[in-house]
Amino acid sequence: MKQYETVIGLEVHVELATKTKIFCGCSTAFGGAPNSHTCPVCTGMPGSLPVLNRQVVEYALAVGLATNCEIHQYCKFDRKNYFYPDNPQNYQISQLYLPICHDGYVEIETPSGNKKIGIHEIHMEEDAGKLIHDEWEDCSLVDYNRSGVPLIEIVSEPDMRSADEVIAYLEKLRLIIQYLGASDCKLQEGSMRADVNLSVREMGTDGLGTRTEMKNLNSFKAIVRAIDGERARQIELLEEGKSVIQETRRWDDNKEYSYAMRSKEDAQDYRYFPDPDLVPVYISDEWIARVKKAQPELRTEKMARYRKEFDIPDYDIDIITGSKHMADLFEATVAICHQPKKVSNWLMVETLRLLKEKGLEPEDISFSPRHLASLIEMTDAKEINSSVAKEVFAVMFENDTDPVRYVEEHGLKSQSNAGELMQILEKIIAQNPQSVADYRSGKKKAIGYLVGQAMKATAGKADPGLVNRMLGELLS
Amino acid sequence: MMQESTLKYTAVELSELIKAGQVKVTEALDDVFAVIEKREGLLHCYVTLEKEKAYQQAEELQRKIDRGALVSPLAGVPFAVKDNLCTEGTPTTCSSKILENFVPTYSAEAVKRLQEAGAVIIGKTNMDEFAMGSTTETSYFGVTRNPYDTERVPGGSSGGSAAAVAAGECFAALGSDTGGSIRQPACFCGVTGMKPTYGTVSRYGLVAYGSSLDQIGPLAKDVRDCAAILEVIASHDPKDSTSIARKDTDFTKALGRDIKGMRIGIPRDFFELSQNGSGLDPEVAAAVRGAAGVLEERGAVVEEFDLSLVEYAIPTYYTIAAAEASSNLERFDGVKYGYRVPGHEELHQMYKKTRSQGFGSEVKRRIMLGSFVLSSGYYDAYYLKALRVKALIKKAFDQAFARFDCILGPVAPTTAPRLGESLSDPIRMYLGDIYTISVNLAGLPAISIPCGQDHNGLPIGVQLIGDCYCEKKLLAAAYQYEKSVN
Repeated sequence: MKQYETVIGLEVHVELATKTKIFCGCSTAFGGAPNSHTCPVCTGMPGSLPVLNRQVVEYALAVGLATNCEIHQYCKFDRKNYFYPDNPQNYQISQLYLPICHDGYVEIETPSGNKKIGIHEIHMEEDAGKLIHDEWEDCSLVDYNRSGVPLIEIVSEPDMRSADEVIAYLEKLRLIIQYLGASDCKLQEGSMRADVNLSVREMGTDGLGTRTEMKNLNSFKAIVRAIDGERARQIELLEEGKSVIQETRRWDDNKEYSYAMRSKEDAQDYRYFPDPDLVPVYISDEWIARVKKAQPELRTEKMARYRKEFDIPDYDIDIITGSKHMADLFEATVAICHQPKKVSNWLMVETLRLLKEKGLEPEDISFSPRHLASLIEMTDAKEINSSVAKEVFAVMFENDTDPVRYVEEHGLKSQSNAGELMQILEKIIAQNPQSVADYRSGKKKAIGYLVGQAMKATAGKADPGLVNRMLGELLS
Repeated sequence: MMQESTLKYTAVELSELIKAGQVKVTEALDDVFAVIEKREGLLHCYVTLEKEKAYQQAEELQRKIDRGALVSPLAGVPFAVKDNLCTEGTPTTCSSKILENFVPTYSAEAVKRLQEAGAVIIGKTNMDEFAMGSTTETSYFGVTRNPYDTERVPGGSSGGSAAAVAAGECFAALGSDTGGSIRQPACFCGVTGMKPTYGTVSRYGLVAYGSSLDQIGPLAKDVRDCAAILEVIASHDPKDSTSIARKDTDFTKALGRDIKGMRIGIPRDFFELSQNGSGLDPEVAAAVRGAAGVLEERGAVVEEFDLSLVEYAIPTYYTIAAAEASSNLERFDGVKYGYRVPGHEELHQMYKKTRSQGFGSEVKRRIMLGSFVLSSGYYDAYYLKALRVKALIKKAFDQAFARFDCILGPVAPTTAPRLGESLSDPIRMYLGDIYTISVNLAGLPAISIPCGQDHNGLPIGVQLIGDCYCEKKLLAAAYQYEKSVN
């Protein structure tokens, strides 16, 4: 069999973190009753008109500058015309002729060194609503809450050659955008979506093969599987002497197979033209300078600063800064308790373990820095022991419970007066000769009864672990 | 004693009498509805009349006026509004089957401003479907007849508004003008109509036809009314990105201005158009030149010049307006509001049948034309080329306005045609827009004022065109003319 090379370009849609929609004042908040975040503008009512949300331009500009793009300082919005009920005007306001950013790149690390992945353009556009099929009534309903949520589409050059490079590129983009605060970039919730354009060619050749576009990729894992699957499918076709058809395919991650949605022949003519309801956007040199100046610390700078400021291993720095949310949490907690090493440990060990166990992303961490700091302070003060701390942390991880209150309410504070506890235990041993005898004759479970008595005598304030240990010592 | 009808008053005069306590708002309504009772059956100016609501509004307004809380020059005046302007709680159909049952939950910004100024909106006027047409004959609800000769059209697309003002079925009206849709019906019905500079009146709530050309404006009994209405509806509206912040919207201030030394240009090309079939009627030509003479007598300096590019305006306009319309009208699909084909249909069948049945043939013609000029492979040759010609036309006007304060010409090549005459020959109908559409392409203000009648007694209009933001010059000249001839 011939050797093949995979050529991949990505179209990445990112939902921007603005509070309101791109062309009206409606909320972009996720969820909400169907059509509760709507108005005449985002439902396409007659006579309504779009007005551009400048924060969208600000974010698109920030992403473009952070990805080394050139800026079209005079840019325009165009209408992309197609009929579908999720699109209330039957045209989407997007940018075709003069996208805000163009000709940029991001750098990724590969086994053979750093590599630049070109960015063809970044444009601003509006999201569509959502169709819901009501099986009961046998009809389709439409929810326009997402209609008009601002998006940027980042179109790469066909510069990637493997799934690994694709993931590295996406990770890099995600981090840049998260660090800029322009989006939370959650693949599962759809705030970051990637379409994969893929073709194969014989190793050593220059021309591009016929490409397909793959949609519906909801996780990095799905992207990897889809790339492997599509590469294999195209190679098989070529090996059989058939040709690849230029088409859009939908990836089904459960079946690990893609099927054709539409081919180039029935591709629609979108009849793009400049939207006459919107005026051109002029981006002044001052505006660009201001966005550049306001650019927050990006990951590389943050890593360098951590190495200088905090005495924690490079490995930890890599993991922690690998998520803007985790890095923010780390810094905020350290600012309260001044224990970088310990904060890092909680994040690296227990946090990562629980995230993995529950199938969550670092962005999903919901406990507050204040509470993690309290937990660390309590362990430092030996108010709780480490096993109790882990137990409390698990609860805190779940619903951001205040650890101080939880320890209080559940009597988990270590019995600080060991002498007092000793007296109680000695008394219990004296009062329960039968259990003591059972324990000593090998019925180790008998100790449970004694622990229970001790908890009762201390009104639940004793640390059961400690009681267990002390009883064991007293009885041995 | 039988009271004299208030209908002899202009809107501004009426409001003064109302504020002075000499006329009640309901009396003005009584007079208007008496005419409606008598003539509306034949004329058919309105798609929707809201008599009950009007009287309710009137009482409320009367109380406000009585306690001195409402002093606007339009307080208490019965108004009509073209049916492509959204009115909260009142059907807004654009004279189309596809919006027959559409009731907006919001009002157009211009309507809101009119209501805040104390106008009583009595109904929604008939129009060419989606403002596409020059005769009001493409309305789904049937034609409107010209009050001067009921066998003739009132012009269009704001034909209902023009006929209602002319017949006394209201005191003044709002219309919209994309290629002459205020000025031409005003001319055919012998009333005064004005299209302001693009961006002066918010388009929010105006159901779009050609977004880059559409402007809302007044149709009224005289120049003063036009100025007063425009002053009320002009605003910088943050809901319309194309709306402009202007500080010079105190239009009524211009009325008394002297026009001595005002330079008025007459494009020679406007009078030499017979070769392309538009054929300027000699009676119209004479009346228009007569109007120029009157202004000259008042001290204006009138001169002929070559405007150039006049013959390119029509193809340019129909390319751009149709392109924008084809996209603007996509939202009428039976999914969210308006007409939907009955019965269960697969999605694309539903779209197809709904739009085939919901739109009339002129609208479908322009949607097809617009879709064609935007389609891949034709975009550069038609749409982009039209945009370039549009820029050249603007340049030709810029050059003219370096020499002149105003341009004077006809509004339409003929007086009102007979019913049915125009639709059989759409190209001829399109050519009738020759004098009005270049004004929209260049975004300029223009006013149409009556300047005589032809041998059949049909009104003739003269058009004054100004440079962007120069409404005041137009109003001053138009007002001087009106004063001279009355």
